[in-house]
Amino acid sequence: MKDLIFLFSTTLMYATPLIFTALGGVLSEKTGVINIGLEGMMTMGAFTASLVALKFNNPWLGLLAGGLGGFSLALLHALACIKYKANQVVSGMAINFLGSGFAIFLCRLFFDGTSMTPPLDLEKKVPVFMGQYSTVYVAFIATAFIWFILSRTVLGLRMISAGEHPKSTDSAGLNVSIYKSIGVLSSGFLAGLGGASLSIAIVSNFRPTLISGQGFIAIAALIFGKWRPVQTALACLFFGFSQALVIFIGGREDIHISSQLLSILPYVLTIIVLVGFMGKTTAPSALGE
Amino acid sequence: MKLQSVIFCLAMLLSSTFAISAEKPLRIGMVTDVGGVNDQSFNQSAWEGLQKAKKELAVKASYQESKQDADYPANLETLYDAGNDLIWGIGFKMADAILKAAKQNPKQKYAIIDYSFGDKTPPNVVGVMFKAEEGAFLAGYIAAKMSKTGSVGFIGGMSVPIIHAFQYGFKAGAKFANPKINVLEQYSESFTDAAKGKAIANQMISKNADVVFHAAGAVGDGVIEAAKEKNKMAVGVDRDQNYLAPKNVITSSMKRVDSAIFEVTSQLKKGVFLGGTTQNFGLKDGAVDIAPTTSKMVPTSLLTEVTALKKKIADGKIKVPSSEAGYTAFAKTLK
Repeated sequence: MKDLIFLFSTTLMYATPLIFTALGGVLSEKTGVINIGLEGMMTMGAFTASLVALKFNNPWLGLLAGGLGGFSLALLHALACIKYKANQVVSGMAINFLGSGFAIFLCRLFFDGTSMTPPLDLEKKVPVFMGQYSTVYVAFIATAFIWFILSRTVLGLRMISAGEHPKSTDSAGLNVSIYKSIGVLSSGFLAGLGGASLSIAIVSNFRPTLISGQGFIAIAALIFGKWRPVQTALACLFFGFSQALVIFIGGREDIHISSQLLSILPYVLTIIVLVGFMGKTTAPSALGE
Repeated sequence: MKLQSVIFCLAMLLSSTFAISAEKPLRIGMVTDVGGVNDQSFNQSAWEGLQKAKKELAVKASYQESKQDADYPANLETLYDAGNDLIWGIGFKMADAILKAAKQNPKQKYAIIDYSFGDKTPPNVVGVMFKAEEGAFLAGYIAAKMSKTGSVGFIGGMSVPIIHAFQYGFKAGAKFANPKINVLEQYSESFTDAAKGKAIANQMISKNADVVFHAAGAVGDGVIEAAKEKNKMAVGVDRDQNYLAPKNVITSSMKRVDSAIFEVTSQLKKGVFLGGTTQNFGLKDGAVDIAPTTSKMVPTSLLTEVTALKKKIADGKIKVPSSEAGYTAFAKTLK
């Protein structure tokens, strides 16, 4: 029982930042804009969340600030890709460099030259509810909300059509750029929340290496989830679960597997599931155009 | 007009740089590993050592930060081009890059923290190693004495010799304090994944460990966080990490990278450069120690024991093991 609880709560802890960020990726890519800048947006969000939570002693304001941190970088991505039609991959890469660089720069500015924020006291972190940080629940609510928007609202359907058939969307008299912008900007906001869920919930401080690769795993998860919000969240949970499994097996004294081998398990499992069970994945048809 | 003023400014800037370099003080540069220069850990400690050298030995110090492993060669190159007398690589991850650079530029002096090339040390490289096991031994001793459950945990970053020194030093210290102590050990295979550190520490705590020690860089943020949330004890590494959780971090096994860097720099100032060798700094040289905040968290009687232990280690009466084989031999002497 104790083991099950451990696996369950570790899965949730691991998956939460990925869910936020991957959902962000879904929103952006559904409207046809590739966003590989998620990593940079997460880093920025992790920093701004930590900063605001510290300065205002309010984790919820911190969380919001995390979202806005990611949003600010998404604004640049939207400007570059939608208004100026820049190459989306190049812009995304630039955002990744910019995100980590700018976050460290600001950190140094605010905290006497250190690239690490001071730790938050426990009571100043996001509140815990039933053994889990509330960000976990927010991530699930966000999944349901985005599923609803994308599949049940006019706005969502128009966002999808902007990503599938921008020309026909345009001829239907709709402004494609606006829907693409909504996708990209909300994606930045969500990636920022993803970063925040690390810096003000899982741990209590920001440091430059806090986000190392989660943004890219989130991109893998959204492809894994076939660009659908619920499946994408499930993919993140699957990835979280395989990490939890690694830690669980690694801690057993009766099972001896080298920790190096164990640590590749999440990636091996991902490949197996991707190749064996997922079937063909199809990206939005006008992705990257 | 504008262009002319820019050129003028540049010329001013350049001429002022030349004016300084004309005095020819020693120029020392360092390349951080991915932690960055303010990592609150060994990169920062290294930079503090250079700052001290700057103040007391009048050298010129500069650094290049690495964001990823791939940055090392370029950063070393930058410092080479800047004409440094000695270039430091901070951290064992830089070993390959240092070796390559040293072979390419045989006249340039290099030094590396936490790595020994052994017999293959190029003549223009000094390896600097710490007897990390000695600090970890003291930390293990304190951990075992402070534990109420009789179970403590060790979380390592990667299973490499430098981390084994922490692991087996800690384990030896814990067993030395209490031969019945149970030591849980697990590797995170990462130096950055704080979530993983937290999960491993949580698991150890659920298995009754009440003190967790990490030698895993930023993974340790998660380890200490777990102790903080569950109100257990944690032991920090490399620097005094008490500030991360003032009520929970009872001690830290400190590696005084600053002392070592300062030492090697002052040797160089005197014209001595022990190229081709590896220097080992330990408790005796003040290059490893436990954190000053330990006195805040640990009863005086235990501190007295630790002081006596320190002396025994410095005098060589206790030989602290730094590898699995050494530990097995050490454990036999306890029974």
